[in-house]
Amino acid sequence: MMAGELVCPVPLPPGGRVLLGHGGGGRLTRDLVEQVFLPAFRNDALAVLHDAAVLDALPAGARLAFTTDAFVVRPMFFPGGDVGTLAVNGTVNDLAMAGARPLYLSLGFILEEGLPLDDLARVVESIRRSAVAAGVAVVAGDTKVVERGRGDGIYITSAGVGVVVARSPVAPAAVREGDAVIVSGPVGQHGIAVLAVRDGLAFTTPIASDCASVAAPALALLDAGLAVHCLRDPTRGGLATVLNEIAAGAGCEIAVHERAVPVTDEVAGACEVLGLDPLYVACEGRFVAFVAPGDADRALALLKARPDTAHAARIGTVRPGRSPGLVTLTTVAGGERVLDLLSGEQLPRIC
Amino acid sequence: MKYLDEYRDGGAAQRYAETLRALVTRPWTLMEVCGGQTHSIVRYGIDEMLPPGVTLVHGPGCPVCVTPVAALDRAFRLARRPEVIFTSFGDMLRVPGSRDDLLHVRAEGGDVRVVYSPLDAVAIAEREPGREVVFFAVGFETTAPANAMAVRLAARKGLRNFSLLVAQVRVPPALEAILAEPACRVQGFLAAGHVCAVMGTAEYEPLARRHGVPVVVTGFEPLDLLQGTAMALRQLEEGRCEVEIQYARVVRPEGNAAARRAIEEVFEVTDRGWRGLGDIPRSGLGLNARYAAFDAERRFPDAAPPSREDPECRAGLVLQGRLRPQECPAFGARCTPEHPLGAPMVSSEGACAAYWLYRRRAAAGRVA
Repeated sequence: MMAGELVCPVPLPPGGRVLLGHGGGGRLTRDLVEQVFLPAFRNDALAVLHDAAVLDALPAGARLAFTTDAFVVRPMFFPGGDVGTLAVNGTVNDLAMAGARPLYLSLGFILEEGLPLDDLARVVESIRRSAVAAGVAVVAGDTKVVERGRGDGIYITSAGVGVVVARSPVAPAAVREGDAVIVSGPVGQHGIAVLAVRDGLAFTTPIASDCASVAAPALALLDAGLAVHCLRDPTRGGLATVLNEIAAGAGCEIAVHERAVPVTDEVAGACEVLGLDPLYVACEGRFVAFVAPGDADRALALLKARPDTAHAARIGTVRPGRSPGLVTLTTVAGGERVLDLLSGEQLPRIC
Repeated sequence: MKYLDEYRDGGAAQRYAETLRALVTRPWTLMEVCGGQTHSIVRYGIDEMLPPGVTLVHGPGCPVCVTPVAALDRAFRLARRPEVIFTSFGDMLRVPGSRDDLLHVRAEGGDVRVVYSPLDAVAIAEREPGREVVFFAVGFETTAPANAMAVRLAARKGLRNFSLLVAQVRVPPALEAILAEPACRVQGFLAAGHVCAVMGTAEYEPLARRHGVPVVVTGFEPLDLLQGTAMALRQLEEGRCEVEIQYARVVRPEGNAAARRAIEEVFEVTDRGWRGLGDIPRSGLGLNARYAAFDAERRFPDAAPPSREDPECRAGLVLQGRLRPQECPAFGARCTPEHPLGAPMVSSEGACAAYWLYRRRAAAGRVA
């Protein structure tokens, strides 16, 4: 972070671009901080412009959740979001999945020389709006500029701190036989939205990313006192991958019904054309909840009553572990098969 | 989703399975030709719904799998050239040559780009006139029309920096080769619906007659496969060997005239080597004399000696339906999607990949 004081700044030139000097720590850096970052994220901790944010201590006995992430999405703008919304929501969601209420974020910006300042302003505005929506404050930040060709517009690194509100552990190890598996909405939208803009695919119905904070609905389950044993957001690798991670972490077997997994017609259609399986396509605004069987109906009803999780669905069950770590899928045609981890990323097929 | 969910209906599938049980009086062995069908069968458990004694063996219809190592190594050498932008469908990126794959070539600095259509590769050639854009034309008769269109478009635009590295194959000669093997157990074929959507069914008539095998042109959804199986089994039970079309919502007996014209204008039938199956006469397509200028093999002469296939990989037997993937000693041991010995383990249409993805519980003791 850059030390300095708030003085009447010179407006950034319209049509301007990021220069190497914007990361040099001098006057250009100060202009960027004062005209782009501070107005957007204004809060007491940040306004001090010290080398570190100084924050109030939590009540005795409270526990912290602390996470870090990096965001390198290409292109940085896509239908339904941009690298800024991803940075905030990705970090916030990771905190919520640990049963924590997100409080503070720090963001590091790695800008590529030549980036239009208007693009930066647009991303910063997205961050501001996403942070307000998620109820977090951006209390620390840093900016570096790399030479043209050595970055991809904007990379963002983040760290996030939250206070744990769950009264019992929310983690794979807490998953129990019989737990219901609930997904908070249709899967695969983010991955298809980004793929479509990245590769210039035109669908008759544009597909927007689901990028959003899931902290509110996830914490609503905890606040309602429901026995939530595990939460996980299916980002990279999609739903199938997180189910495998949890089955392995919990040493249990998870049985999923393909027909029960919500997928929009648009995503299903795009996946058919491209030869992708929506179960492996990334989400950025969904979560999977493992809930004790006795609380499953209430959890589902609670989610369905909220506009952001109205299409939540119960998709499976944790069952007696014949094969710990295994995820099985009952297919739409009625057969049963293994739902495995992929070796790498999904690649579109030939025919 | 409309027009798909209807063909994946579990209740209807069970009713079809009962029909099949009533139909069959003795064991039969059918081969589904296309790797897309193989994946549907394994993914949806179609083979497990069939009456006892009815066996589906998996055919050679995975274009990625049948591309010989020599062709892959040649492609990788081309992709490493600094002036070349090497374009390919995503499927090919993980397919192993004798040493590495396109993902490694890219990591080492080769300009390898995934495209969704050969026409995208033409657009790149137009945008980057200072570079040589090569498209890896892999596939059966299904991909040939679009590849032909790309060459025609490049010719019309007068592009001199676009070429195809052709590894294009034809289905009927491969089926002939499989039937000619003395060890062949196949008594009927579920032919590849999309290949026949392009080519029609005439090429299969002599094959059915000469070898006495029913050929049912079949789709890719669970109900398509069950219905196609029922049609083939009914022929066998009644002693018929005809070419029938199950996938009538897509396939016409005469095929797609415009697509066939495009193929005929640009390509000619050639001999071609197949991974695991060896050289099969008249089993491939190559650019004809008129479009020879778009042939990457002519544009970039390559004197490297042809490479050999990994002797441990039994892809040839798998592609002929003579070995089930999990019967291969290397399956799941020395051959996995992370470290494949052969293409069938990594292609989205490969039989070994299908068993790895969907059937590992059945492969006893190999479930992680």
